[in-house]
Amino acid sequence: MPVLIDRTTRVIVQGITGNHGRFHAGQMIAYGTDVAGGTRPGKGGETILERPIFDTVAEARERTGADCSVIFVPPPLAADAILEAVDAGIRLVVCITEGIPIRDMQLVRARVDRGASRLLGPNCPGLLTPAASKVGIMPGTIASPGSVGVVSRSGTLTYEAVYALTERGIGQSTCIGIGGDPVNGTDFIDLLELFERDAGTDRVVLIGEIGGTDEQRAADYIRREMSKPVVAFIAGRMAPEGKTMGHAGALVEGAEGSAGDKIDALRSAGARIATHPEEIPDLVGG
Amino acid sequence: MDLHEFQAKECFERHGIPVARGQTAATAGQAAEAAERLGPPVVVKAQVLTGGRGKAGGVTLCRSAAEARAAAQEILGMDIRGHTVRTVLVDPAADIRGELYLAVTNDRAARRPLIMASAAGGMDIEAVNRETPESILRTHVDPQIGLRDYQIASLASGLARARGTALPAGLRHPFAALARSLYDCFRATDATLCEINPLAVVAEDGGLALRALDGKMSIDDNALFRQGGLAELRDASAEPAGEAEARASGINYVKLDGQIGCMVNGAGLAMATMDLVGHFGGAHGIGPANFLDVSGGASAQQVATGLRIILSDASVRAVLINIFGGITRGDEVARGIMAALEEVPTALPMTIRLAGTNHEEGMRLLEEAGLANVTVAQSLQAAAQAAVDAARSG
Repeated sequence: MPVLIDRTTRVIVQGITGNHGRFHAGQMIAYGTDVAGGTRPGKGGETILERPIFDTVAEARERTGADCSVIFVPPPLAADAILEAVDAGIRLVVCITEGIPIRDMQLVRARVDRGASRLLGPNCPGLLTPAASKVGIMPGTIASPGSVGVVSRSGTLTYEAVYALTERGIGQSTCIGIGGDPVNGTDFIDLLELFERDAGTDRVVLIGEIGGTDEQRAADYIRREMSKPVVAFIAGRMAPEGKTMGHAGALVEGAEGSAGDKIDALRSAGARIATHPEEIPDLVGG
Repeated sequence: MDLHEFQAKECFERHGIPVARGQTAATAGQAAEAAERLGPPVVVKAQVLTGGRGKAGGVTLCRSAAEARAAAQEILGMDIRGHTVRTVLVDPAADIRGELYLAVTNDRAARRPLIMASAAGGMDIEAVNRETPESILRTHVDPQIGLRDYQIASLASGLARARGTALPAGLRHPFAALARSLYDCFRATDATLCEINPLAVVAEDGGLALRALDGKMSIDDNALFRQGGLAELRDASAEPAGEAEARASGINYVKLDGQIGCMVNGAGLAMATMDLVGHFGGAHGIGPANFLDVSGGASAQQVATGLRIILSDASVRAVLINIFGGITRGDEVARGIMAALEEVPTALPMTIRLAGTNHEEGMRLLEEAGLANVTVAQSLQAAAQAAVDAARSG
């Protein structure tokens, strides 16, 4: 049993008429994801990719029974899109949008914490259960079914790791990107817990980067709760303090956010540390 | 985006915070005029987007307009941690009786704003936090509820108890108003930091008052779309060459100190690539010259712009291009890179590594093109090693 999404997950695409929304909706459908339709205020009643467009998420959920949404709307509208999905009772809300202001995300996160929905992202590639379903923008061709769970703060670095695993014949249970923003919906611990419980996952790859203390808290969780082996890679050893490295959240402020501190914490918790992405399959093993 | 001190203080003043009312000057003459107008003594302060200007000699107390002229002469053009001083702020000198610290920032782990106050004002707050963390008072603000009066009162009480009345009883109300104004400023401007250090207790008109003698603000770049006026305050001249051009093209570029220009798609992979360059090159004094995330599918246009930015850095001795083709296929990426290389010719050694969908096809295309200065690498490790070798022999 994979984590968070499987073949039965019904997905609606918020912002399906935009360039990215439309393109990736098509990619998801091609991968086999059950895309039930999309939303775009004012275009309700029209169709796109042979699927219905709705004005609101509530209507889309009621008419299609979708339990998952993926958000491609621009940053100024994205916080609203997340809140709309949460209010409509969507179980899993995946926000791909990059560039949402922190102030908006603090309010959104507080609302998410009061509700029953899980938010993944923002500024994330989404998630993919190989040969079953993908929600988001991960390239389907690089993944293969298996029993390694992958959780990461970065997009292309996730692809690199997943691809390296696949090339070596090591398949994945579910690959998940939690996003590179300072305030997000789901963190490492939430997903380590799901992977630890998941019968289809027997090892976990964790990919972190500089900034914040999520990796240190993950290390603490690994030490206390995880029975499954964890391989970790942390990007940003060469990043100087006080400079944002692309992701809004990849910023070293003080020793805690540094790659060295994270690597030390994970290593002392029993995780095996890869020095570069291509070493991950060696440490995961066949 | 960081604001200069004078910009931050203008912002504070708009939100009702009492600040030292100074004037900026770009020449020694202007500084002397400002000193004349304000009435000496004055303080002449370098306006640079970095810390440590006091230690670097960028702050001078002046007793006359002539002294202010001389100080400005000295400070303008000064290099402070790689930042050239182009503007000084001339502030009236205050009769300082005490120095507090007050700031609003975001606590990442708690996902909410955090107010910090301390009686140890005027010092490096990082050092205070290391040595006596208990001397910094902290209170989190629930973003949905906002800052409540009891929270401010508790900070004021803490300050009043610290170091024998760091906050005199008569200033409790002004402090409360000021703390609220600073929080309002923080929220209204989408700031990630609003810091007053020192928040001085000054003697004036026979009484005591609070005044922000310094100001530091950072604004959330993601919120600049709704902060019209603030967005225009960005000082592009204070940024390393290339960073402004990159931003305009949707490229993330950060200048570093090494010799290998790195172009990668994706921020995490870009950092991992830099790390590997440092891993192989560190022992030889070779490192990454930059962080550069071309983002997207690495179109010919993006690659060409990225390459132009990398090549404009004179310390670059070799270039490493690492592109993961996901939904964009490797052969398309290779064609994009070749088109970019035609547009931006260079003789510098270049190592290219492609991975992901159709990468074999992409690498075959690059090899067949037979470009004299281009090496095609089969793995990220091999690519980083080749780039380091090229930089060492180049």
